[in-house]
Amino acid sequence: MPLIDTAGPVAEANRDLMFIALGLMAVVVIPVFILTALVLLRYRAGHEHGKYRPEWNFSGWLEALIWGIPALIIVALGVFLWNGTHRLDPYSPLPASSPPLEVQVIGLDWKWLFLYPEQQIASVDRLVFPADRPIALSLTTDANMMSFFIPRLGSQIYAMAGMETKLHLAADGNGTFLGRNTQFNGIGFSRQHFDAMAVGEDDFAAFVDKAKAREPLSSARYRQLALPSVLEEPEIYGGYPGDHFRQVMMKYKNEVPTPDRPDENALSTEDDIGSVDGSGHPAFSVEEEAPVDRGDGPITVSGPQKGRKIEPDVEEASE
Amino acid sequence: MTLLGKLSWDALPFYSVIAFIAAMVVVVAALLIAGIITWYWKWPYLWKHWFTTQDHKKIGMMYIILAFAMLARAFIEAMMMRAQQAFGLGAESAGYLPPEHFNQLFTTHGTLMIFFVAMPLLSGLINFVVPLQIGARDVAFPLVNLVSLWLTWAGGFLMMVSLVIGRFATGGWSGYPPFTELSLSPGVGVDYWIWALMLSGIGTTLTGINFVTTIWKMRAPGMTLMRMPLFCWTSLCTALLMIYALPPLTVATGLLALDRYAGFHFFTNDAGGNVMHYANLFWLFGHPEVYILILPAFGVFSEVISTFSGKKLFGYTSLVYATMCIAVLSFTVWLHHFFTMGGTADVNAFFGIMTMVIAVPTGVKIFDWLLTMWGGRIRLTVPMLYSLAFIVTFVLGGVSGVLLAIPPVDYMVHNTLFLVAHFHNMLIPGTLFGMFAGIHYWFPKATGFRLDEKWGRRAFWFWVSGFYVAFMPLYILGLMGMPRRMVTYEVEAWQAWLIAAAIGAILIGLGIACMFIMLYVSIRDRGRLQDVTGDPWDGRTLEWSITSPPPEWNFDEVPVVTRRDEWWYRKQNGEMQQKSEDPGDYEPIDVPKWSLIGPSLGMVGTAFGFAMVWHVWWLAILTGGILVSMMIGRAFVKDRERAIHTEIIAQHARLWNMAQRGEHP
Repeated sequence: MPLIDTAGPVAEANRDLMFIALGLMAVVVIPVFILTALVLLRYRAGHEHGKYRPEWNFSGWLEALIWGIPALIIVALGVFLWNGTHRLDPYSPLPASSPPLEVQVIGLDWKWLFLYPEQQIASVDRLVFPADRPIALSLTTDANMMSFFIPRLGSQIYAMAGMETKLHLAADGNGTFLGRNTQFNGIGFSRQHFDAMAVGEDDFAAFVDKAKAREPLSSARYRQLALPSVLEEPEIYGGYPGDHFRQVMMKYKNEVPTPDRPDENALSTEDDIGSVDGSGHPAFSVEEEAPVDRGDGPITVSGPQKGRKIEPDVEEASE
Repeated sequence: MTLLGKLSWDALPFYSVIAFIAAMVVVVAALLIAGIITWYWKWPYLWKHWFTTQDHKKIGMMYIILAFAMLARAFIEAMMMRAQQAFGLGAESAGYLPPEHFNQLFTTHGTLMIFFVAMPLLSGLINFVVPLQIGARDVAFPLVNLVSLWLTWAGGFLMMVSLVIGRFATGGWSGYPPFTELSLSPGVGVDYWIWALMLSGIGTTLTGINFVTTIWKMRAPGMTLMRMPLFCWTSLCTALLMIYALPPLTVATGLLALDRYAGFHFFTNDAGGNVMHYANLFWLFGHPEVYILILPAFGVFSEVISTFSGKKLFGYTSLVYATMCIAVLSFTVWLHHFFTMGGTADVNAFFGIMTMVIAVPTGVKIFDWLLTMWGGRIRLTVPMLYSLAFIVTFVLGGVSGVLLAIPPVDYMVHNTLFLVAHFHNMLIPGTLFGMFAGIHYWFPKATGFRLDEKWGRRAFWFWVSGFYVAFMPLYILGLMGMPRRMVTYEVEAWQAWLIAAAIGAILIGLGIACMFIMLYVSIRDRGRLQDVTGDPWDGRTLEWSITSPPPEWNFDEVPVVTRRDEWWYRKQNGEMQQKSEDPGDYEPIDVPKWSLIGPSLGMVGTAFGFAMVWHVWWLAILTGGILVSMMIGRAFVKDRERAIHTEIIAQHARLWNMAQRGEHP
């Protein structure tokens, strides 16, 4: 079970907290089971072994016990909870000898886009990181609310449009783990997963070099990715436009420009991300665009989201 | 803008075979019921004695009928989902349901089970039992009571209409935006969800006001608060929670409606909207709601365990304080539903600890019930079996609840099937078993005959074993990292557990089938199961001191209460003197007349909801106008009551006397 058979320090600490809590609660739970059995054995009508005392309805010391012991357990659990919650706060960086790898995550309808600001590379549905370094994730979405989760590595966190959330994770060693969105977001929800690959330092450098050799993520391609669809294969890009993460986030802020504060957040300016086709149309638009039918046999899904498609992606994407 | 708004032929369910069959089942069932009533020409009888009655006992029964009808539908949906997931291994189009249909199913299943099964069950039981237990002739506002019932039915009707015309929402029972905003859910599904909740939510708020007032103001002389049966206490807390918890839901759905209908931006992604506001409002309702669902069941268990152990309730005062603690604390924990939204460690830890604190009064209750049985003479009747199964099962659910309250654990299992297992583990033993126990327990009071024990036990064993087989695998799947609401999956290891869960669902289905057989057998054998004494279980509280079924006016003479378990005390001390058979000793009793306001509001309310869903503005304005004018018009009706003559009361007292002497009337 991924949540028990953990592969990272965060998941392990979370799991241990769960076992501590289970142990403490056993102090109350086991007596309940024993008492239930005992009561049935002793006081069943017809086979009574105990004395019938119809008026007995109060006992001070029993009352003290049934309020006191659960309360003490909750105090103990509360201490563990308070410390654990602070120690395992998804926002606080993990202790490590080397600085964490920064990754920006953008949730799109039924895929995850990862941006590596240091390396200036990007990937979709594949997160590659060195196993001996923690990762510091910043998350947002360009669609619905989502929840980013790699079960074997630990904590999950919501990603929401126009907002940034943070998550720190680490792996114990090399491995490929299943990552998911766990917050329901439409017909492609079940298929919104990605590979989280913890690799050696050299392999990571090789991955970066390989990615660098590839085409950068164009604004046009990003707009396609942002449409509701599921990718069959992960994609890797040798670059991405500008401060893409912030651009995506700010486009939902919709702040009104004023004379003393020019329109610095507007996304539609060409110098930020460029016009797609030179027509001067903004590369980003808050307006939802019509789905692009690329004519490669999309699976049309009926329903209220009529017209949305889960499209098998035919572009070359390897690794 | 057209005359029929968005309504067109496309709204009919020809898009899938399964949807078409479901729609046909609804239509045929409706026609069949209407046909049978017409064949026997029972419309005038039903109209006058049921649909328009302000008798709280009949209103209670109509709530429970609604609940069982909706349970049947919501269970079929659960079965369909379990079947889909059992065969859903594969990247796409695995199983037999398309994703869109599956998504509608979990949305309607959740919405129905919470708002149209659990809530009507408890409203029904509270309606039937509370006035009898506090020695009252009626509730404080009988007409409001009828209106509440019909508003709940209106919501239920709208849910059924959505099966035939158009489609329902796909965003889950909690309806989180931005998914439920117009841009991402452009169909009418979310609007159905909004108006079904709005109608039934108003009904529930009114029920809350009604029962707080009833319990506060209408208790019989001598019935002090600390002499009330525990079911009345839990009903009081439930009613208080209804008053305070339902408005945030109405506000949240109302704001979402403004977003969708009028282009507001409360919860949209852009233009300053923020989904976090919705999460706050929704769970400010949603968390107290689970205690609305569970507290009445706690009351039922208190009554059942005490009666069938032949013993005073252990720690009455403790139980009362524990109930009040739970009610108050339920408003301090809502944030635990979104620990993973990025709150600070301080905030998450605070709400985590507040959540765990609720485990203390709940634990106290469990021990109090066990100690009530200690030193008793336990009769293992069906209600008692449900109570015992509840104690053991609920404790497991409580353990998983405390785990979820610990933020770092929640970071791991949030949105997974662990959570689904947890809340089913609370609500099935907590709410459903409680309500089943209550229905078994009070059924002879309502009808004059008991339910068949043999079929009752069969239903019980299927329900309990089915529950364990269906939901324990979900805990394991949650720990395996499987999220909720997945139509297909690609992890092979999950499938075996999902098949087990589906088998569990089949067992529960057999349990439900046994219940319907039990009902049939009991009605068929009502002669054998008849109870003439009015007190078939050797009860302890006032409702057992009157005939079964009780007369419309409940009590010939308003009882004077001197202690807890008044009726038990009177029986023990031989103080059940015969009642006077002289009409001169009675006063005429005023009871409310029948009123067509209730069913009319319900039907016009359904039409209003339907018009709003489909943007048929002329109909919305028309029905909205009728709703307002009916309420104003009612204020001018003066002749609202009719008197029960003293002869009839004396005659009824004679029947009671005969029954107490053991003579068949």
